[in-house]
Amino acid sequence: MTSITGSGGQAGRDLGPPVTSIGVIGWVRANLCNGWLNTVLTLAVLYLLWAILPPFFNWALLDGNWFTSSEQCKASDGACWSVITANIRFILFGFYPHDLQWRPLLAVVILIVLLFLSRNRRFWGRWLLYGWLLGLVAMGLLLKGGMFGLVAVDSDNWGGLPLTLLLAVFGLAAAYPFGVVLALGRQSQMPVIKAFCVVYIELIRGVPLISMLFMSSVVFPLFLPEGMTLNKILRAQVAIILFTAAYIAEVVRGGLQGMSRGQYEAAESLGLNYFQTMRLIILPQALKIVIPPSVSILISAFKDTSLVVIIALYDLLKTTQTTLTDPKWMGYSAEAYLFLALIYFLCCYAMSNYSRKLEKELDTGH
Amino acid sequence: MKGTAQEKIPFFRDPDKLAVFYQALTALGVALLAYYLIGNTLANLERQNIATGFDFIGREASFEIGESLIAYSAADTYGRALFVGILNTLVVSFVGIVLTVLFGTVLGIARLSRNWLLARLSAFYIEVFQDIPILLQLFFWYAFFYELLPGPRQALQPFAGVFLCNRGLIFAVPEAHPAFAYAGIALLLACLATVVLKKWAARRQEVSGRYFPVLQTGIALIVGLPALTWFFAGAPTAMVTPVLSGFNFKGGVSISPEFAALLLGLVLYTSAFVAEVVRAGIQSVGKGQREAAMSIGLRPSKVLNLVILPQALRVIVPPLTSQMLNLTKNSSLAVAIGYPDFVSVAGTTINQTGQAIEGVALIMAVYLFFSLATSALMNWYNKKIAIVER
Repeated sequence: MTSITGSGGQAGRDLGPPVTSIGVIGWVRANLCNGWLNTVLTLAVLYLLWAILPPFFNWALLDGNWFTSSEQCKASDGACWSVITANIRFILFGFYPHDLQWRPLLAVVILIVLLFLSRNRRFWGRWLLYGWLLGLVAMGLLLKGGMFGLVAVDSDNWGGLPLTLLLAVFGLAAAYPFGVVLALGRQSQMPVIKAFCVVYIELIRGVPLISMLFMSSVVFPLFLPEGMTLNKILRAQVAIILFTAAYIAEVVRGGLQGMSRGQYEAAESLGLNYFQTMRLIILPQALKIVIPPSVSILISAFKDTSLVVIIALYDLLKTTQTTLTDPKWMGYSAEAYLFLALIYFLCCYAMSNYSRKLEKELDTGH
Repeated sequence: MKGTAQEKIPFFRDPDKLAVFYQALTALGVALLAYYLIGNTLANLERQNIATGFDFIGREASFEIGESLIAYSAADTYGRALFVGILNTLVVSFVGIVLTVLFGTVLGIARLSRNWLLARLSAFYIEVFQDIPILLQLFFWYAFFYELLPGPRQALQPFAGVFLCNRGLIFAVPEAHPAFAYAGIALLLACLATVVLKKWAARRQEVSGRYFPVLQTGIALIVGLPALTWFFAGAPTAMVTPVLSGFNFKGGVSISPEFAALLLGLVLYTSAFVAEVVRAGIQSVGKGQREAAMSIGLRPSKVLNLVILPQALRVIVPPLTSQMLNLTKNSSLAVAIGYPDFVSVAGTTINQTGQAIEGVALIMAVYLFFSLATSALMNWYNKKIAIVER
């Protein structure tokens, strides 16, 4: 009996797993080369990366021109990032008066701070709501001016990043209550109200946003009484709100359907009427469930604001395109569009990451 | 008891009466709004001397359309021009949907691959392409075709007979020959035979339990029958190869840069979403299902066919439908890069006739029709594969 451990004389020293199944080699074997198909796939992917990445890095970074003139760019083989750096203020702020551009910059900073604060669930509460209201008013005031000694700036001159953010954030803020009302209407027992809501939601969801934008630019002016005009940005904003509301309605409806009947019955047995039931019992729970999909709607609303290019509003995409029509900087579309893609990607990625994190946190397991 | 039962409920506490009241109020509100807007619109139209009605559809369009499936010239009517636009939208949507489903499925499966590198790479792709606006991607690919690709004289030639330049993608096609028509008929017959075969095999398996390899036979039929027909009809191999003449290519089939950029952008963008749908569908099938199927001795291919796919498809089909509809709706962005789709033609029509309301109404009606038709089709399919609750 003792000979088993005794003869080796190395009690307690177990043999480790073979070197080929642990550490780097083991990992590679398990994750990259298990089976001939996976090995072939790994090699193919590696070849693809090798064919794409080094030339790209050469072009973008090693040979890239960052702060040169367009002549120097033309002489070089590398990427011409100068098209961005030389026109950054126009790309970001459009035709906003040059010496007043601190105002849209400040507005964007306020928005980013508010978004950053809203990330933290500990801050969710009444004060944050007031903060948002105050912030949105301040942003509008900063952009528009005309009060508190700020020079008024015509909204035709608004453009670039502030316009993109404005359309997305105001669009969602205004569309949310409307969407909730539509969702409640669709779930309602009253046939007339239900019919109106269903027709509205399905009609809007069935058509592309661009048709709504067309409508905003050519049909809305006809709707208004003589002598009354709405400016272009506001019209596009209304179209985006009407469009987004239908999508929000469907998301909220999902939340409403997720409520068990017991909740309604309990509210009824307490003697609450419809509005009290909704405000105190159903909506607080339903809206909490739909926070993650609502963030997805925010992401697509943010991406969709780029469509206002088609009705000639100077959002981020349009200012970039305008830069590219300058004969000096013609032909550097790849660099300019990659830069824009990076901006959009960073914003959307941050939001979708946050949505995933929130989904995990809000998951109470039942 | 009697007293409480007969106590009159005031009308503002009676839910039934209140419901009627609220509905009447809503209907009245909507009617008033409509009356106000229509009144304003009619007054504006009269003041600006804009005609109403759809009479313009029969008038001469007098604008050219870059690409068209049917014969069209500027002398044709607006109606025909709009029809050309609808066809163009349908073509790009149909080709786009087919490619997107294929590529998206591959991506979704790659995302779940046990190969770490492949899974990471496709996760990266999905994240990046979802987060960049489709319009930006379209502009990028359009610029790619126009700025980065060389002119026809220095056209890239990735394969023999295929040319890539700033005039688009030009490739060789087989020369017209009756053999191809016969092969087409054979293909149709083979598809029909496969459907019949599948029904027969299912019935036989239900009755006798004997299995028939439908998939293999079907593939053999669908590939083999047309190939044999082609071979016995003379096996024509002559190709029409594009040849550079002057500043452009002659012969072969060319795909315009607008179409190529639109298709590329739509497919790459929507595939990222489809991949997530496919991944969620596959992951929704519990591990126990696969293990149970294997433990009763099914072969891996049958595990996939009989157990995993039928359950995954139930989860996949509804969101996949909405992605297909998204692609169709996003194809309207063609107007931004100059591909003559329906929105683009309708936009030109609005500009020329000034009849904005009719134009926008047409756009909405056509897309609504596409959406409803696709959902109806997919609902039918979804009902067919839905689980039978027991």
